[in-house]
Amino acid sequence: MGYQAHFRVWRGDADGGDLHDFTVEANEGEVVLDIIHRLQATQCGDLAVRWNCKAGKCGSCSAEINGRPRLMCMTRMSEFAEDEVVTVTPMRAFPVIRDLVTDVSFNYEKAREIPAFSPPKGVAAGDYRMHQVDVGRSQEFRKCIECFLCQNTCHVLRDHEENKPAFAGPRFLMRIAELEMHPLDSLRENTGADRTEVAQQEHGLGYCNITKCCTEVCPEQIKITDNALIPMKERVADRRYDPLVWLGNKIRRRRT
Amino acid sequence: MTELERHSYDVVVIGAGGAGLRAAIEAHEQGLRTAVVCKSLFGKAHTVMAEGGIAAAMGNVNSRDSWQVHFRDTMRGGKFLNNWRMAELHAKEAPDRVWELETYGALFDRTGDGRISQRNFGGHEYPRLAHVGDRTGLELIRSLQQKIVALQQADRREHGDYEARLRVFAECTVTELLLDSPEPGQAGPAQTGPGQDTGATPPRVAGAFAYWRESGRFVVFEAPAVVLATGGIGKSFKVTSNSWEYTGDGHALALRAGASLINMEFVQFHPTGMVWPPSVKGILVTESVRGDGGVLRNSEGRRFMFDYIPEVFKDKYADNEDEADRWYTDPDNNRRPPELLPRDEVARAINAEVKAGRGTEHGGVFLDVSTRMSADEIIRRLPSMHHQFKELADVDITAEPMEVGPTCHYVMGGVEVDPDTAASRVPGLFAAGEVAGGMHGSNRLGGNSLSDLLVFGRRAGLGAADYVTALRDRPRVTEQVLAQAERTALAPFANLAGAGPAADQENPYTLHLELQQVMNDLVGIIRRGAEMAQALDRLDELKRRAEHVAVEGHRQFNPGWHLALDLRNMLLVSECVARSALRRTESRGGHTRDDYPRMDPRWRRKLLVCTADGAGVEVAERPQEPMRPDLVDLFEFTELQKYLTGEELAAGGAERAAGRSATEHPGERS
Amino acid sequence: MTAGPSVAGRAGTRTLRTDRWWLQPAVTVAALLAFVVYATIRAFANAAYYAPPYLSPMYSPCLATNCVPGASDVHLVGDWWGLSPALLVLVFPLGFRLTCYYYRKAYYRSFWASPPACAVAEPHRRYTGETRFPLVLNNAHRYFFYVGLLFNIVLSYDAVLAFRDEHGNWGHAGLGTVVLVVNALLLWTYSLSCHSCRHVIGGRLNHFSRHPIRYRAWTLVSRLNAKHMRYAWLSLFWVAFTDLYVALVASGTITDPRFF
Repeated sequence: MGYQAHFRVWRGDADGGDLHDFTVEANEGEVVLDIIHRLQATQCGDLAVRWNCKAGKCGSCSAEINGRPRLMCMTRMSEFAEDEVVTVTPMRAFPVIRDLVTDVSFNYEKAREIPAFSPPKGVAAGDYRMHQVDVGRSQEFRKCIECFLCQNTCHVLRDHEENKPAFAGPRFLMRIAELEMHPLDSLRENTGADRTEVAQQEHGLGYCNITKCCTEVCPEQIKITDNALIPMKERVADRRYDPLVWLGNKIRRRRT
Repeated sequence: MTELERHSYDVVVIGAGGAGLRAAIEAHEQGLRTAVVCKSLFGKAHTVMAEGGIAAAMGNVNSRDSWQVHFRDTMRGGKFLNNWRMAELHAKEAPDRVWELETYGALFDRTGDGRISQRNFGGHEYPRLAHVGDRTGLELIRSLQQKIVALQQADRREHGDYEARLRVFAECTVTELLLDSPEPGQAGPAQTGPGQDTGATPPRVAGAFAYWRESGRFVVFEAPAVVLATGGIGKSFKVTSNSWEYTGDGHALALRAGASLINMEFVQFHPTGMVWPPSVKGILVTESVRGDGGVLRNSEGRRFMFDYIPEVFKDKYADNEDEADRWYTDPDNNRRPPELLPRDEVARAINAEVKAGRGTEHGGVFLDVSTRMSADEIIRRLPSMHHQFKELADVDITAEPMEVGPTCHYVMGGVEVDPDTAASRVPGLFAAGEVAGGMHGSNRLGGNSLSDLLVFGRRAGLGAADYVTALRDRPRVTEQVLAQAERTALAPFANLAGAGPAADQENPYTLHLELQQVMNDLVGIIRRGAEMAQALDRLDELKRRAEHVAVEGHRQFNPGWHLALDLRNMLLVSECVARSALRRTESRGGHTRDDYPRMDPRWRRKLLVCTADGAGVEVAERPQEPMRPDLVDLFEFTELQKYLTGEELAAGGAERAAGRSATEHPGERS
Repeated sequence: MTAGPSVAGRAGTRTLRTDRWWLQPAVTVAALLAFVVYATIRAFANAAYYAPPYLSPMYSPCLATNCVPGASDVHLVGDWWGLSPALLVLVFPLGFRLTCYYYRKAYYRSFWASPPACAVAEPHRRYTGETRFPLVLNNAHRYFFYVGLLFNIVLSYDAVLAFRDEHGNWGHAGLGTVVLVVNALLLWTYSLSCHSCRHVIGGRLNHFSRHPIRYRAWTLVSRLNAKHMRYAWLSLFWVAFTDLYVALVASGTITDPRFF
């Protein structure tokens, strides 16, 4: 049932490296991560790979398989022909630490710059009332497992290192959208700050040209572009580019 | 010795899962400088894999629920072996902990009137599990992670630095706890740790020794208090739902530091793990599938769980399909379907069916939800299960049944702690979550884990904060201790370079596989005395071989090296499991013996306590503390008869007759 | 750039993708170019756009006095306009489509290669996205959407008029009627499935539970929105086809089959 699979794995570190060829056993039902583990156990004990749950829930084993950003644990070997060479490389938008492991600290820095959920004043814990229809949109975004494949694929970051300071990437623009749509988030009431402004001014929503690669690679099938980024762009348009809405807001405070 | 990276904190939390993060939040809120050290990236902890929900008696769906009912369910689930004080605190405080998550930004599924929705689960009398689809663990970890970020943002506003008072050290593995040896009369405050001799001053926690996975460089944390929140031990078993992180680090660290472990013989095998294809064997299939109507059938199409309702549960579970099916719509007038028995019962039943030749082609049974709900409903309520089976097994659960079988899931045993403060018997060492023992007795109910993390994570943070605040002098780390820790950590490289011939060198991956096989086959779901004795011999041999484990390459992100260091912990903890399991000559909860198939009320009064001295593991019996009378009163006498010895029942009766009133536990702090 | 792409084997090649990732942008370029060429020729043709009762959607509404008789009732633009009357109106649907979130994706990817496909490096050295002029103007999509709605009304009116015969008597229907009706319907679905529409209709609310009707409308639009790309292509193709049909009938190349 098993066969000898041909793998080409990038090995190296921050100073450089290259693709190494391996022939390794593959069995029915296995995923790419199984093969990488077999390589570790049988051929190169120090092959570095980051992984945790091997069930598509933790988002640790992100890499590029035949050039496509994927989770190694959710890419089945049956997708490839038995004689096909399977190339595995580390995520490209982030600096390599070693082999398939990259330094994803950029993402944690961006996460820290986004104003956290601001609880409503005067509502005690236990008294939060929210309706399912009001939390549904943000719940979709909270399915995110932070595999950072969207961050890796987004060409704004992937091809333009110089944009990293100005652009938070799809994952964190989606985080802003999640809080912006949270029915009880009270950032504006509590501090006067506006999440649409935060998205546009501080985190570079305008850099997004909605080419949807984030959505394409999302292993959780979150519609990042349609449900988070475009609605955020529209909310930005409300505030910055729509005199009618602007005027309406001046005249009466809208209940949203 | 090269210059070491050093950090000084008030509290160091090891582990960034639910318990660790909640402990860190609490310690920070008590004003202490806190570090979280974790093996993976921030937010990847094993907690993300929890699916079903958080058990808390909020009564949002059925208003009859209360902490007393939750307490009763927990004790029953654990076959009365639980630390009743922990079960009490857990049941009382869980709702507050869940509501608190909403103030961190969590978004649970809602009821019609906008409150947190709650679902049914095995062993819980009422719908009790707050959930988000079947990804509740992810919501929990994200909420806590984002709360940590919120605290860091507040610190930045105040101190100009995100990490001024709370820092996460990700991908950093602790290999050793560091102790000091206080001079006489300099001991810290009296600590209410369990089983502590009162005479001599025991060494106190002074910090932790760790390495950065990324660079392989060592780092020393100097801290008077350490909270262990390292999770479980599942990676010592072959078929497991646990991730690589679950190598029993906290259990082993505690043992080596002089703390005791209890209940280590109780390992929970979740009844429903995937069985096919082989590479995904063990991956969890959430209990919500059954909670939402899924039924178990054998290869003959029979709903076999009706044949496995144990005597103690007869009055709570339906004995025919009609009544079981009616329960989903009318739970007040019908008994529950037997698919929702506690996990140990269901796992044993599946095991028995497969053994009797009524299993599926791949050695499991069928779990079917496709005939019970519409496809849309299934996708809405069990999205990640639908996704998981489709992606990994080519099975569409809306149209066909799943194949499932037992998988090692959770260890009930762990560090023996004081229920109120989570303090171990080593001053300055605290434990919460799966690494702590006692709360779940011999078997944990689904959903009680996430609530356990929050309730006791917070208490551990509080306990550590109180301990540190009351401390008169800070413990010191000596250079010899550090040098020793460094030597131990580098041994696998020394072995490669060292004297021995290549034939003596052991591959860590090979040893790990053998260990998993031994534990799976000989100390697995059904145990026998002779097999466990054999397992102990094999473990001895593995331990000897592990001394020669050698790894190639250098220290920078070297998984072979990481495994070699984890292996040491796994072997130590596995020995605890095997020794305790051999000692307990009865079957109870997560410990099932072929040679002693019955539950023995005399054993209920005894806990097995594991300690380590030098090379070996020792197991001793310790009497279980009798339950407080007001808690005993929560149960029907007929139910108590099933668990308690005649002697205890008589004593309990006498107490009640004497009218002893319920007193609050001293040292309670809310 | 630093660590990332300078590392050998990672960026030496533009992509390691082994599938035909270039196919989709190539097809998009071909299809959009074909439409642009056809539309340009037809817009400047200033001929064969009215075959009573059918008016080509590219010339509707026909607002100049130089429109052929019968094609229009309203002449907002006087004699001074000597060019094709199509040029007066086409700018609006063009703007709607140019700023449309789907078409933006399509042309950024296929014409500007930014990026040509996911995980395929783009050739540009600098990238500022939609942060500055002119691309920042794409934020004006909603205005084109509003105007687009007016056009939909006009084109629906045209479709209704197609139920009259060439003499203005009601009770006629030819193949052209069907073509015009389908055209109007597709334009409506395209407009209603638009992201701006989704936002305006309810997306901007944070408490759907307080606005049940708008929530239902939003749910409906969201369902359409998921297929926005399909409607974008269908309606584009059909507009060209409708124009072609009218042109063929007007030029006498074919006769319009009449049902009643």
